[in-house]
Amino acid sequence: MYRAFLIKYGEIGVKGKNRYLFEDALVKQIEHSLKRVEGEFKVSKESGRIYVNVTSESYDYDDTIKALTSVFGIIGVCPMVQVEDHGFDELAKETIAYMDRAYPDKKLTFKVEARRARKEYPLNSQEINVLMGEKVLMAFEEQGMRVDVHHPDVLLCVEIRNKINIYSQELKGRGGMPVGTNGKAMLLLSGGIDSPVAGFLAAKRGITVEAVYFNSPPYTSERAKQKVVDLAKEISRYCGPVKLHIVNFTEIQLHLYDKVPQDELTIIMKRYFYRVAETIARKEGCIGLVTGESVGQVSSQTLQSLAVINEVATMPVIRPLVCFDKQEIIDISIDIGTYETSILPYEDCCTIFVAKHPVTKPSSEKIAKHEARVAESIVPLLEEALANVEVVVAE
Amino acid sequence: MEAYFDNSATTRCIPEVVEAMVKIYEEEYGNPSSLHMMGVRAENAMKEAQATIADTLKCNPKEIIFTSGGTESNNMAVIGTAMANKRSGMQIITSKIEHAAIIEPMKYLEEQGFSVTYLDVDEWGMVDLEALRQAMTKETILVSIMAVNNEIGTVEPLEEIASIVHEINPQCVFHVDAIQAYGKLRIHPRKMGIDLLSVSSHKFNGPKGVGFLYVRDRVKIKPLILGGGQQRGMRSGTDNVPGIVGMATAARIAYTNLEEKQAKLYELRNYLIEGLLNLGPKEEAWVSIHGVTSQDEKGHKPAPHVVSASFSKVRSEVLLHALEDRGIYVSAGSACSSNKPSPSRTLQAIGLSKAELETTVRFSLSTSNTKEEVDYALEVLGSLLPMLRRYTRS
Repeated sequence: MYRAFLIKYGEIGVKGKNRYLFEDALVKQIEHSLKRVEGEFKVSKESGRIYVNVTSESYDYDDTIKALTSVFGIIGVCPMVQVEDHGFDELAKETIAYMDRAYPDKKLTFKVEARRARKEYPLNSQEINVLMGEKVLMAFEEQGMRVDVHHPDVLLCVEIRNKINIYSQELKGRGGMPVGTNGKAMLLLSGGIDSPVAGFLAAKRGITVEAVYFNSPPYTSERAKQKVVDLAKEISRYCGPVKLHIVNFTEIQLHLYDKVPQDELTIIMKRYFYRVAETIARKEGCIGLVTGESVGQVSSQTLQSLAVINEVATMPVIRPLVCFDKQEIIDISIDIGTYETSILPYEDCCTIFVAKHPVTKPSSEKIAKHEARVAESIVPLLEEALANVEVVVAE
Repeated sequence: MEAYFDNSATTRCIPEVVEAMVKIYEEEYGNPSSLHMMGVRAENAMKEAQATIADTLKCNPKEIIFTSGGTESNNMAVIGTAMANKRSGMQIITSKIEHAAIIEPMKYLEEQGFSVTYLDVDEWGMVDLEALRQAMTKETILVSIMAVNNEIGTVEPLEEIASIVHEINPQCVFHVDAIQAYGKLRIHPRKMGIDLLSVSSHKFNGPKGVGFLYVRDRVKIKPLILGGGQQRGMRSGTDNVPGIVGMATAARIAYTNLEEKQAKLYELRNYLIEGLLNLGPKEEAWVSIHGVTSQDEKGHKPAPHVVSASFSKVRSEVLLHALEDRGIYVSAGSACSSNKPSPSRTLQAIGLSKAELETTVRFSLSTSNTKEEVDYALEVLGSLLPMLRRYTRS
């Protein structure tokens, strides 16, 4: 029955003169999200509102709602009936028909809230409220419908614009800001539970997300890589297409294995993750890194470890999960649909050479000293890795 | 060069099989249940396939029930026997090294109130016959033992097992999971005392998605899949005629000159084992072989096509991927990873250490493998192992 949707957005509204930039980004993201949905749609901006109209004969309603409520920046989606103006009596009929179909159980309270954007309409909004309320009440009073102007179950909106919009339901969106409105950052994506969630949360604040994955064949498998591509695809539902940079890290890792103390291997390796990620990030025009690190989760994520790893970063490192508990992260990953993929049991490169007793309180001086041993010899390996990055656009 | 040594996972469908199937798909595509000529012709094709397979087992064609593959055959044998015979007893015996397609139905039956005994095996993977004798009672309705173990290639003493089973309880059904054995060994169920026998087509160059269960005349089992009453009600569902014909073609080819093929496989197997054992310096063993290594050790004989080996200090997954990079395909003895360790039941049952469990790789041969391929694999291993052995988890 619904052929149109009203898109309600949150924080964009307060952005003053830049508002149109945010709206344009939102329109773009909505269009992208609807590409996967069966049906044809038109997304339009009209006097400070965004509408989605169905232009094909049939479409998938549930998928449409799912796609729209996944777009960051949207706080609510209202399925609407949109009618032409053929006079008030006709409008009342349409409104009654709408209520009849939208609410099979009529035992409810309601209130009409009219808005008259087209000022030449013969009735003002207060008059519409009263007259329409009466018409609807008469139609369904016998079935138990009542008016309640203070706490109605159903707020029936009737908006007089070029066309007339009738709606009463609002499906909750995820909020946040449209992707593309807050710069671009490079996500360090592994096959685990945390990093896809971190990417999701960064995108929620409007950041465009690219990703880098460190591959270590033959220590990690083709399936581990495929898993990361799949995870990037899954978050692209929210982030838009994710450009994934796959770096072959094996030689660098083996070199470190040979040259640095076992218990510091993970810390030093992660410092090289950061360095390589930053190099690619800079080339791609990213201005920050995003990681799934969470304080205290593993030895390399104690605050001391994070501090020592962070020393090599020159860009801001955004850690959306820094103070989340594991269970909270798992809950989000289940909610956004990455959990099932994340728990597939393929080893990633962080764990293959992990020491039995890695340092938990690394000393900045010691790490720097031990790292200096490889500083020169590792350069050609880094260059080699950077020259052979495989790029996959996940969407 | 490419070398596919994962023939126990699945095999290549040979051209004659594909050809036979295409003919059915394109020409004789009738439904055997249809009354018209197209149906009759399809039914005849199926009967012919049944006869071909019966020939390889020296049994009656009516004793062959077609299924969707090994897993279904095993499920049907285990659950079907239990359901048909539960009034005679609720006890079942199997071994600790059976495939998941046996173990999982067993677990299901335990939930339904059956009691299941899992027999130990020795270090070569041979079922403990004394334990079997002790566990057998008049209440035992089913004994299910595999013919050839899929991970280490042990050939179980089926005739001895059958005679113990039927001596203690003549009513007890003896099922054999022959999925790794059919097409490689001669099996004559009637002579060997086997009541039920599971086979999967894609393990011997046939198509995937088809298999059969041999059900000896007068053995009572209940069907699992109910519907239109095909195959005398034992297995409903439109008959997969192309698959069945493909499987029968593959079976006929597999059993033609079997002894020659066996000899070739044993030779290749011995050659591979010898090469593996010679890797690394003389004073230090890099490789150890699991199960029965040679044909006369302790009077046991291994299957001709399976070699299970541990490569010390090299995790099986890593070796698998390193080999794959050179076009050599093997399987990892245990799907072991840091996130979710699930070491193989079989390898645990034969008493391997944790270090061996994590480093076991399986090579499984077919007659299309060559000595050159084995040489190539040995050469690649020789060059990879020193590097792989150096980098290990501390």
